[in-house]
Amino acid sequence: MPITVRIPTPLQKITRNKAEIKSQGSNIKELIDNLERDFPGLKDRICDEKGNVRRFINIYVNEEDVRFLKQDRTSLKDGDEVSIIPAIAGG
Amino acid sequence: MELRDDQIERYSRQILLPDVGGKGQEKLLNARVLIIGAGGLGSPAALYLASAGIGTLGIVDSDKVELNNLQRQIVHSVNTVGKPKVDSAKDRLNAINPDVKVIPYNIRLTSANIMDIIKGYDMVVDGSDNFPTRYLVNDACVFSNKPLSHGGIFRFDGQAITILPHKSACYRCLFSEPPPAGLVPSCQEAGILGAVAGIIGVIQANEVLKYVLEIGGLLAGKLLVFNALDSFFRQVKVPKDPKCPVCGENPSITKLIDYEQFCQLKRKE
Repeated sequence: MPITVRIPTPLQKITRNKAEIKSQGSNIKELIDNLERDFPGLKDRICDEKGNVRRFINIYVNEEDVRFLKQDRTSLKDGDEVSIIPAIAGG
Repeated sequence: MELRDDQIERYSRQILLPDVGGKGQEKLLNARVLIIGAGGLGSPAALYLASAGIGTLGIVDSDKVELNNLQRQIVHSVNTVGKPKVDSAKDRLNAINPDVKVIPYNIRLTSANIMDIIKGYDMVVDGSDNFPTRYLVNDACVFSNKPLSHGGIFRFDGQAITILPHKSACYRCLFSEPPPAGLVPSCQEAGILGAVAGIIGVIQANEVLKYVLEIGGLLAGKLLVFNALDSFFRQVKVPKDPKCPVCGENPSITKLIDYEQFCQLKRKE
């Protein structure tokens, strides 16, 4: 079940410069665990020590913020696009 | 207010627009907009807003122009290197359009001065370059009910959102807290492609023009995300967060916070 994951610039060092990754998972939690397996260190950047998504990073399934769906239990289906969007402050 | 002949000539290409007209031009000339940061975002925003005839432009920046700014901070020039950015910007903007009253604030924004400064403006444009200022500006705009155009850039990425306090999501509804020190490169060490600053800064100017003219739809409740490498624009939904610490149902932040500057790289002053 391929899910397209869009990786923001600050995390691309971990994904070997890839901006887009095809991965799998029936929900966000599974997807993050799968990403971590392929790109060790990624989960740490996205989640805090308790496993919650950090407060300056959001995860979107298509256009929807998972905080307003079922957080990391938000289910995923074939063809979904997941975006990881961190706060950026440059100007 | 009656438009002068030279104003009708100067603004003719936008007065011609069906949703603008002479009435719209008068709205622009009566508008008061505060731009925070005369840098990568503030430069293009200020140039377009001054050219469009925004009557009063406040500009806040405590820095001086450096040669390495000119790659993206297009309001400045080699002739103003070493001068305060706000004075450099004022000169350039008035050279384009003497109609615009430019008010320079050569200071660093803090919890002690921001409320007083934004008080007199209709809208705020955040073009600052660090998280502490961004959260300070968001909170001050929510507390004083000022519409805010937020823009942020990082390397090849840009983001923009418009905040109509208490009506649409604020920056803390989107990202409730700034990252801790050292986790996200937030300053000059990261690098930036100049055109990315231009694209996002001009989107911010466009948001201000639409707000003042009361036309079209704003980026309120929507985050615009841009990536320069694949020329990709995307919008994601940003609902108002009932748990938002500043504009939610039980706000935990009721006064302004001066977060510590956590930029690791020493700035050349």
